Amino acid sequence: MPQQQQATTDVLVLGGGPAGAWAAWSAASQGAKVILADKGYLGTSGATAPGGTTLLVIPPVAELREQAVQDRLKAGGYLSENAWIHRVLDQVEQNLQLVEEWGYPFPKDEDGRPLRTHLHGPEYMKIMRRVVRKAGVRIWDQSPALELLHDQHGVGGARGINRLTGESWEVKANAVIMATGGCAFLSKGLGCNVLTGEGLLMSAEAGAELSGMEFTRQYAPSFADGTVTRGRMLAWATLYDAAGRPLHRGDRTFGSIPELMLKGPVYASLDLADTKEKQEFLRNAHPIFFMPLERAGINPFKDKFLLTLRYEGTMRGTGGLRLTGPGCETSVPGLYAAGDAASREKVTGAISGGGAYNASWAICSGSWAGRSAARLALQQPHPAERRMLRAAGRYGMPAGAGTARTLDAKPLIAAVQQEILPLRINYFRSEPVVAAALQRLNRLMPELGGQVPATVQGIVQSREAAAMLNVGRWIYTAALARKESRGLQRLAEYPALDPHQTHRLILSGVNTIGIRTESVPHAHELRIPGEERAI
Amino acid sequence: MIEVISADRCIECNQCVSVCPTNVFDRADNGIPVIARQSDCQTCFMCELYCPVDALYVAPDSEGITGITEAELEEQGLLGGYREKVGWGKGRQPVASHDFMVKLAARAGF
Repeated sequence: MPQQQQATTDVLVLGGGPAGAWAAWSAASQGAKVILADKGYLGTSGATAPGGTTLLVIPPVAELREQAVQDRLKAGGYLSENAWIHRVLDQVEQNLQLVEEWGYPFPKDEDGRPLRTHLHGPEYMKIMRRVVRKAGVRIWDQSPALELLHDQHGVGGARGINRLTGESWEVKANAVIMATGGCAFLSKGLGCNVLTGEGLLMSAEAGAELSGMEFTRQYAPSFADGTVTRGRMLAWATLYDAAGRPLHRGDRTFGSIPELMLKGPVYASLDLADTKEKQEFLRNAHPIFFMPLERAGINPFKDKFLLTLRYEGTMRGTGGLRLTGPGCETSVPGLYAAGDAASREKVTGAISGGGAYNASWAICSGSWAGRSAARLALQQPHPAERRMLRAAGRYGMPAGAGTARTLDAKPLIAAVQQEILPLRINYFRSEPVVAAALQRLNRLMPELGGQVPATVQGIVQSREAAAMLNVGRWIYTAALARKESRGLQRLAEYPALDPHQTHRLILSGVNTIGIRTESVPHAHELRIPGEERAI
Repeated sequence: MIEVISADRCIECNQCVSVCPTNVFDRADNGIPVIARQSDCQTCFMCELYCPVDALYVAPDSEGITGITEAELEEQGLLGGYREKVGWGKGRQPVASHDFMVKLAARAGF
């Protein structure tokens, strides 16, 4: 085994997308010593970096904000929390002001006021890297975390591996922030293949609870021979069947695509952009959307190109680590969660946080987690290096091997994808189909007891396979437990919302999954028209 | 997937090895980086964007290999095309500073 790199710090941030970057900056700004370890590279890693994002920003006008909060409460099935949305709206404004001061070239309106509603991924994350480094954070790129360290007081660090050198690393820290993103099951949506769920697995192994895992019925349309999942362009598209017959025009919700795909292949053409001016405008506005099509020799304004749907799991879905307080604490002391690794139900409810909500959430939850983690770490009377910490990792880890067989990650990952990616199982959810898929996933669990190959790829991929398998099991366990349809959750047998299930579903454990409900503050505001009349 | 590293253009800075989110490249002791794990490429185009000399080409297909050659890329002027559109590089204006996305949101209505 190559030599170990060991360090002690106040706050350890795992993940280098927007949430991790904000968490690291925020903790360092409080005077904490911070290490940020990312599987890839802070600047290119994650769902935001290669594309870009629309932000949830609403001017500080009381009526406008209250309206947005009420709209979301209703759309999200009364599972969001008004106070949290208001905090996000307040906080994101301050942080975007900082992003501008740090050099982000926001365009200006005619009166010279900056238009802070969008962030171009590469530009945004390049600036965040510079700022995080300048704040004194030690950035460990290409350094995936594999497992957490803990003792009777909670989490106290993590272990991982450097993918370039093969060196293992260990960091002791009294506060750890999980900002590893969601889990998108290697479905090749733009930038999403680093999002394989290890953060959720390692947290659950250390005892953390999950929430909202059923709100994960989320797919995004993409050019079939490409990866770019930016559906907004389909507002200018006509959808066609294989015979060239038009099926749908100007889809703004993409909601009809799964049904259309059941009947056969679906093609799109951006033929509603029918003037040179419109076409030129769209091309300039969205280079990442057009570049792959152009490279494939397709004129998207004239030709018909085949669409596919890429599964977005808990990334544009909503579930993740359960938060227990305003500082983004999890249910385990010393462990915090930010961005898509955390459940976003507090701000999105039962629907997708896709786009605007998730982007603003990453900024805010990162900032709050960083601040509270720094406060905890700086107040700790016991230095982390003196704690008697044990490694919490078990599934798909060298130490967890129980058989002589080799753990072969690639076929295992393919077997998990077979249960999770298909629309007919995960989008058109029904009790018998989901239950059978869950059973097949459960039967894969013994595979994780195999011998992990002693290569960097073997070690990292075994853990990715273990994480995806278990995130899949959590998703289907929660989907079967919520016997209704609400937001992103739908079961064919229960097509309506059931007011008695206006609560959250909290999961815990890996091999044996525990499940309980948690009440939400606005449940009583949900009114069913029939009952209202009865009163 | 990543398909081409131009030996003529590459300056062996190994920036692509450092920035690849899915660890596709290996540094070579003597020479240009190697595409060591092509099937792990997630087709995010970030290596291309970070290459200071436009030596890399990522084909849009994330599943299959197109087999495009460096000569064809040079002929079609495709090397560096994405970086130019994003407005990165000396003397260029970053696309982030344009109000395109603001207008796009207004025109799409969402």
